[in-house]
Amino acid sequence: MKMQTSEMKLDGNAIAGLLGEIFAVEMTTAKGTCASCGAVNEVGRVEVYVQAPGTVVRCPACEAVLMRVVRGRGRYWLDLTGVRCLEFAEG
Amino acid sequence: MARAALLGRLGWQFGELVELVHETPRVASLYFNLPMWPGHLAGQHVDVRLTAEDGYQAERSYSIASPPEDRWVALTVERLDDGEVSPYLVGELKVGDKLELRGPIGGHFVWRGADDRPLLLVAGGSGVVPLMAMLRHRSSAPHKAPARVLYSSRTLADIIYREEIDRLVAANDGLSVTHTLTREKPAGWSGYTRRIDAAMVKEVAWPKAQAPAVFVCGPTPFVEAAADLLVGLDYDPLWIKTERFGATGGPGG
Repeated sequence: MKMQTSEMKLDGNAIAGLLGEIFAVEMTTAKGTCASCGAVNEVGRVEVYVQAPGTVVRCPACEAVLMRVVRGRGRYWLDLTGVRCLEFAEG
Repeated sequence: MARAALLGRLGWQFGELVELVHETPRVASLYFNLPMWPGHLAGQHVDVRLTAEDGYQAERSYSIASPPEDRWVALTVERLDDGEVSPYLVGELKVGDKLELRGPIGGHFVWRGADDRPLLLVAGGSGVVPLMAMLRHRSSAPHKAPARVLYSSRTLADIIYREEIDRLVAANDGLSVTHTLTREKPAGWSGYTRRIDAAMVKEVAWPKAQAPAVFVCGPTPFVEAAADLLVGLDYDPLWIKTERFGATGGPGG
């Protein structure tokens, strides 16, 4: 069955578990600043695609890639090039 | 308790299935005894992990249906016939079996009973599950925010928690629920019988001046349509929190 990519779009809630493996605090309430357009959004509001070999996170304002996460062979690769700043509460 | 639910590293734990309730032909609620459970907030989810004999693992997220007050942690799962995990949860798992899961997970899509803003919950299909945790939590809160629900199902038989929702409404404590059916027009039906649209949202939703707290959950196309309609009412996008289940009603099944 062919599906539109947009129908498979998830949101930041879907990567709360994955980010919970990496960060010490709950991250869907963290605020990320997009390096491309400067929009600030809670991680719970970002666009998430999990069909790629890794997880791709995009800015809900400009759709630029914020973050890529790949997990495999017992390791993580975390690409945060698209996030200028992540702000979150102390644990 | 609430704070503890947001803290700490996520660890996998085993829960024992203590009760199984069939909600609709394709949907069941699974009640787990989780001795290590730190407590949760309404709207949070868990990750479930199945491990095959050859070591292959499949992981899926499921919303928590039970309110923080309950003794057992309930998941309500829709069986997707081509899914990897849901056919095991709804069909094979039996009372007394153990299931590996971790949680609670998430802090964005949560509602606290102390929030006194008017509440608007918009559900598509099994997207009602985390919203039901909110309604159950609300029903035991000392102060109840006024709440309106718009719930879209395919057919009458597909409405999850139908009788319990009727009972919550009958308590007459400021909750109103509007149903719409997208694939059936039963005789004597008083709800809507069409897909969610601008006129429906305008009739059900709180006026903009009320500045409600809004939670929308369901398949991705439903959530996108509902959120767009609410923004069309001039709702501040920051009032609206969404949780997308993907194309099929669950993240891959």
